[in-house]
Amino acid sequence: MIKVLGIVVVVAILAAAGYQVRSPRPEVIVPAEIIAHPFGFPLSNTFITAWITIAVLLTLFYFATGFNGSRMKLIPSGIQNFMEAAVGGLLDFVVGIAGEHNGRKFFPLVATIFLFIITNAWLGLLPGFGTIGPVSNVEHGNPRDFKEVNLGGLKLALILPGMPQPEAAKDDDSAVVAHPAKTPEGMINGVLVPALRPANTDLNTTLGLALIAMLFIQFWGIQANGPFSYGGRFLRVGEIFKGRIGFGLLDLYVGLLETIGEFAKIISFTFRLFGNMFAGEVLLLFIAWLVPFVGVLPFMGLELFVGFVQALVFAGLTLVFSTMAVASHGEEHAEHAESH
Amino acid sequence: MEPQAVKLLAAGISMGLGAIGPGIGIGLLAGKALEAIGRNPEARNYITTNMILAIAFAEAIGIYALVIAIILIFT
Repeated sequence: MIKVLGIVVVVAILAAAGYQVRSPRPEVIVPAEIIAHPFGFPLSNTFITAWITIAVLLTLFYFATGFNGSRMKLIPSGIQNFMEAAVGGLLDFVVGIAGEHNGRKFFPLVATIFLFIITNAWLGLLPGFGTIGPVSNVEHGNPRDFKEVNLGGLKLALILPGMPQPEAAKDDDSAVVAHPAKTPEGMINGVLVPALRPANTDLNTTLGLALIAMLFIQFWGIQANGPFSYGGRFLRVGEIFKGRIGFGLLDLYVGLLETIGEFAKIISFTFRLFGNMFAGEVLLLFIAWLVPFVGVLPFMGLELFVGFVQALVFAGLTLVFSTMAVASHGEEHAEHAESH
Repeated sequence: MEPQAVKLLAAGISMGLGAIGPGIGIGLLAGKALEAIGRNPEARNYITTNMILAIAFAEAIGIYALVIAIILIFT
């Protein structure tokens, strides 16, 4: 009883404290914001985050292995132990689904996809992602007033609790009317463009991963079965050549469905990962606005879990589709003939 | 009606209807998986792994509806 009372008191204190440092109403912008144009290339904030992810992974693997085995000890400890456990666990998972020989062939791609997605997802939960960035006058988003602070030459624009929020976007022409009130003294007007944004919340990242996964699946299918046998899965003309027109047309239709299914897999890979990550980010921002300190904790836990599950699902589905693509098409025909 | 009002209404309807299917699907999946674990506790890890994979398939459909709703609200 005392324990329950104690927990309630602690939560109430946290909620009251959180209200003092509450977040502003979030701005949700679906496409990734371009923040620089080095050499004419539009550099988005998710691109920078993806490179940070790659740097983190490379650093971890360098301290675990030294890239040519120079830092590896016979009895592992520390980071090497951790990475060995991670890679070993992934290898067991892959070999468990695809078998020993195929598993080793698929392992580099599947493990890379898993590690890339999970590092992207978990890095995005650190403070600073989506909240720190230059304030500029860009087209989209609602301009708001930031409090200007000058720290010896370093100019900061801050949002403090209790400052007025920007009005919700209006769709009619009233937005074209000039900014109504003059900016008060000591404030800057503009839109916050975050410098860092989780890479998985960009449709380009997820589409790129999906395309690479599907390309590799097709490649392994053709490599294992030969182009005509693998192509015969999509263009099933075997029955027509044997003379059975009815079943032949049905088989052609099934082949057409398989082809559409391959493209649908690309779309589904892309939007499954994008939707989970983007919706998770929006959810965290809104919960931080509504129930500042206390509400964010369970949702952070949920985001950790969702990041792990989505990485596992993307990698696992790539593995399963590869295994299906590599499986010989002839077995399916043997079953087919038996059932008639 | 104003376009903004219809957009918000459409976002609500899309997410609401889009959550029915995956909700039922995931419930059925989890139910069958728990039944299977009850019958054969030794296969617990194998069943759980495959269940998570299948749930992600079902959940993706709900996420498609969520993406449409978010795009409707914020653009």
